[in-house]
Amino acid sequence: MAQNGNQKKGGSFLEKLVALTRKQFFIPIAALTILVLFNLIMDPSFFAITLGTNSNGDPVLSGYLITILNNASELVILAIGMTLVTSASGGQDISVGSAIAIAGSVMLRILVGGPVNPGKIILAFLVACVVAMIFGAFNGVLVAYFKIQPMVATLILFTAGRSIAAWINNNELPIISEPLFGYFGNFIPGVALPTPVFIAIICVIIIMLVLKFTTLGLYTQAVGINPSSSRLNGIDPAKVKLITYIILGLCVAIAGFIKVSRFSTINYSVIAKDIEMDAILAVALGGNSLGGGKFNMASSIMGAYIIQFLTTTLFKFNVVSTALPAYKAVVVIVLVVLSAPVVREKLDSFWKKLSTKKSVKEAA
Amino acid sequence: MKKFLALLVAASMGFAMCACAAESSNEGGLIKVGIINNDPNESGYRTANDADMKAMFTEENGYDASFFYSLKNEEQIAAAQQFVQDEVDYLLISAAGTSGWDSVLTDAQNAGIQVILFDRTIDADASLYAASIVSDMAQEGETAVSWLASQNLAEYNVIHIQGVMGSSAQIGRSGALDEMVAANDNWNLVTQQTAEWNAETAQQIVQAVIDSGESFNVVYAENDDMARGAVAALDAANISHGVGGDVIIMSFDCNQWALEELLAGNWNYDGQCNPFQASYINDIIQGLEAGNAPAEQVVVMVEQGFSADTITQADVDSFGI
Repeated sequence: MAQNGNQKKGGSFLEKLVALTRKQFFIPIAALTILVLFNLIMDPSFFAITLGTNSNGDPVLSGYLITILNNASELVILAIGMTLVTSASGGQDISVGSAIAIAGSVMLRILVGGPVNPGKIILAFLVACVVAMIFGAFNGVLVAYFKIQPMVATLILFTAGRSIAAWINNNELPIISEPLFGYFGNFIPGVALPTPVFIAIICVIIIMLVLKFTTLGLYTQAVGINPSSSRLNGIDPAKVKLITYIILGLCVAIAGFIKVSRFSTINYSVIAKDIEMDAILAVALGGNSLGGGKFNMASSIMGAYIIQFLTTTLFKFNVVSTALPAYKAVVVIVLVVLSAPVVREKLDSFWKKLSTKKSVKEAA
Repeated sequence: MKKFLALLVAASMGFAMCACAAESSNEGGLIKVGIINNDPNESGYRTANDADMKAMFTEENGYDASFFYSLKNEEQIAAAQQFVQDEVDYLLISAAGTSGWDSVLTDAQNAGIQVILFDRTIDADASLYAASIVSDMAQEGETAVSWLASQNLAEYNVIHIQGVMGSSAQIGRSGALDEMVAANDNWNLVTQQTAEWNAETAQQIVQAVIDSGESFNVVYAENDDMARGAVAALDAANISHGVGGDVIIMSFDCNQWALEELLAGNWNYDGQCNPFQASYINDIIQGLEAGNAPAEQVVVMVEQGFSADTITQADVDSFGI
């Protein structure tokens, strides 16, 4: 009897392990663990955080971990919107980088010339939000009402966005010299953590509250899983898709604000370059299906931090930065292959075989 | 009513004829140029270049100029064909790509149109164009590196931030530094990475070096944006830079704001990439009009490097782009 109990225990442990690998959170956690272990073995000082002062004499925290938290902020904010868009429309918005250029350009257009005060910054930010949401709605209408594939629909803005951004400022490269404007992308004097970290955390808290207390999450997933059955249940799929694209537009405006604030200027052709790929990768790293339907917001957000973790690790080890995309590509390949149904089935049967073998052994 | 309409038509035709007459009488004195350039949005350099061309080729200066912009080679070639048909006197080209220009340039030659290349060179027979005005990126790199060598530091530990790999600016500006590092034992590269002209990537590269605790005393950034990113990382870590600072900041392109950083002593060196080609072109055209062929077919522009020790407000105003 006792033996039997043991046998069961062994089996259930393996089963639990198998069940764990099936959990959505498994992929980002596993990726993070590998990265942390790698850095811990190679150089534990990676995790050191020191408190120093910047050139203005204000206290600032520094270290690789702070760099990761800081630089991942825009990506985290974009990942929120991208997760919703992916879930509802079963496709991705590839125009977010260009849209950031537009939002940033709009802000600078309002701020350049004349004194910069807090009121003006708020005004500029609000206008940028409205503009970015209009462009989001443009993408959303193409996808939801004209039924164009998301990647094709957003290709329009992807191509035209940076020219539009340049046109907004008459091809000039405005620079805001007022230090106040730089606080949002750097440090607020006296606060040792970079401001983008706080902005990202606020965005995460807001979206978590929205998902908890509204039907947004439920409706998006319902539309993503089966649009016609959700219509039969009284949800308008087109409207839900449109809303997700507008929310992504808002995320773009916030990310754009941080980006232009970092250097108080803009370069239309390189600002937020290739960030759309990172945002999509964050969603995929979170174990979310890129074909839409069910999603896990926390996993996506973790995915975004992991991408920055990977980038910073590669910088630390002096990997040539042209090779960075190649490393990211390897990560994507591994993820996509692991999450493919065929591979999952094979793995499942492999685990089962292993567990039965073990139990047979124990029985003998 | 009909009479009124007829009158209106007649009147408008009369005006049109007047307009034609006015145009053709104007044309007599003006030199007709067709200018094919890259998109001014491309960069601050191109914006300055385009503004310079527009300021030079005006009616006051005796020119009737038409402009065409594209980053696509085939569109530029089609526009050149159009200009040949319009019988311009001079065709000025900053080519997007190096190949495919032979036939249209032959057409231009047959039509008696003089071709002047600016900023970019093309793979075509030298007999097909009158002159070519170019920047020498390798020279820019050498000027910068010899300036750095003249600082007589005991040791050079350089963070080298490169532009988009394979671009002519990157190859030229990296070349001189690479040679120097290879030739001298006291020159070391702490890190050498491309930030692809991006300020934020440059900041992350420098941040990674700072976090690693390695020591360095020179940042060699291949354009102003990247230097700005590098300096942001230094500021956050309270590492002094510029004149009298611990780290020498070097950059290229001479944006107006960058030269102001130089003037304030925050940066040490900025190398010029001269976008002001219009006056060179004007000289050549005036020479050709007077019957003199240009002395040299390939004109390399004068490009200087500015040092924080010697730069003046006048330099900032006249050379900032």
